[in-house]
Amino acid sequence: MSSVLYDVPGPKARRVSLIGSIVGGVAIAGLLWWAITVLAQQGIFEAQRWAVFQIPDVWVLIGNGILATLSAAAVAAVIAFPLGLVLCLMRISDVAWIRIPTRIVLEFLRGMPVVLMMFFVLLVFATGSFTAVVAGLVLYNSAIFAEIIRAGIQSLPKGQREAGLAIGLTSFASRRSIELPQAIRRMLPSLVAQLVVLLKDTSLGYIVSYEELLRKVQIMADFLGPAYLFPVFFVAAAIYIAINFSVSRLAIWIEKRGSKKAAGGVAHVPVAGIPAK
Amino acid sequence: MDVIIENLPAYVDGFLRTLFLSVVSGIIALIFGTLLAAARVSPIAALRGFSMTYVEIVRNTPLTIAFFFAAVVLPRLGVTFQQFEVAAIIALSAYTSAFIAEAVRSGVNSVPVGQAEAARSIGMKFSQVLSLIILPQALRTVIPPMINILIALVKNSSVAGAFYVLELFGYGRQLANANGDAVLWVLVGVAFFYLLITVPLGYVATLVERKVAISR
Repeated sequence: MSSVLYDVPGPKARRVSLIGSIVGGVAIAGLLWWAITVLAQQGIFEAQRWAVFQIPDVWVLIGNGILATLSAAAVAAVIAFPLGLVLCLMRISDVAWIRIPTRIVLEFLRGMPVVLMMFFVLLVFATGSFTAVVAGLVLYNSAIFAEIIRAGIQSLPKGQREAGLAIGLTSFASRRSIELPQAIRRMLPSLVAQLVVLLKDTSLGYIVSYEELLRKVQIMADFLGPAYLFPVFFVAAAIYIAINFSVSRLAIWIEKRGSKKAAGGVAHVPVAGIPAK
Repeated sequence: MDVIIENLPAYVDGFLRTLFLSVVSGIIALIFGTLLAAARVSPIAALRGFSMTYVEIVRNTPLTIAFFFAAVVLPRLGVTFQQFEVAAIIALSAYTSAFIAEAVRSGVNSVPVGQAEAARSIGMKFSQVLSLIILPQALRTVIPPMINILIALVKNSSVAGAFYVLELFGYGRQLANANGDAVLWVLVGVAFFYLLITVPLGYVATLVERKVAISR
């Protein structure tokens, strides 16, 4: 892939690279071996520690944790996207008294830690922890969605808006029927990638006592005893990574599919000698 | 409002600790992240594989999991910390370096092919091509995204407050518990101190973006 940086290796370079690979591989293997030895000393690999996973209740608890994580993420995403769309339209509005306050609000929301917003909603509005988690995620991610969509609109050729206004559309109608559909499509990979961030941030619910996956792990470890902390934690971390990894792949897939479509699917009509952009 | 003024020393202490966590983890993450990116584009397959695995796993791991591992799981495995700040710095820099690595790598990809070809054609080795030609240009283009990663780092350091470190958010929790009647103002104070770091940094990012943007 990055063959630009170095030539196709000759026999000598191949030998050096092979030696490097072996040395690097041994070093990494050594590190792993060290980690495994430390873990083994703590008795992590005793079968009895992993036997907890034979208990159905453990899986029920883990399942409930996953469900809580996913439902907070899903509700937050479903609210945050339309809200982000509205905020984006307000942010680029032609009317200054809509545009400027929106800009201040967006700067504010983007500059604060998500966990602080969750905590704020939890204490000030005395809501349940689910509402606090969802509200924190919505506040932060709608601001981010707004900025992503705005970047998409700004990346469009100027002529798109000019053409819309020229055929008599109002500013809003041009945004709605010409610019937004293109911007959202263009920014789909970033929007999906932001979903990974949203999903990851649900684990901040742990801090405001929302019983998501990580909190369930702690409850389980408290109940079963510290000896079982590592196995349960290990499985929970693996579940998180598996979920997020699939969503990341989805974003990459959309990106590839999108760029293929843009190459062949979008009309490139050269206008009287001016090369199509 | 009074509650903020009365507890100003606590706020300042928390603010300084947030800054400390961010700066130390930021420096570690910048160094480690750049090394990871260099490994990712190197001719040695083992390093490429290691770097790729690390970045993919860490990027898909929630930060809270990283903190939980450093502050709760590691001590149970026999790695104990005198201060939880160390655990926080481990979690924050391990997490952030994966994002830095991705940013640097995208910067490397943005350097035109001809630059590397020219360097190779005058006989430079891979290490010279990377350190003299590619990385200086790559780092320049990735300064703005890098600042955004550092802004995220400042905000992420708030998670340390839930893992026994008394930084801004940690103090915020404590003060909120102690001043049940003035929770709103307590948290507004915390928010103010975060914005004091993140908003100016955001402006720097925009400014730098305009200044260093190489028009290609």
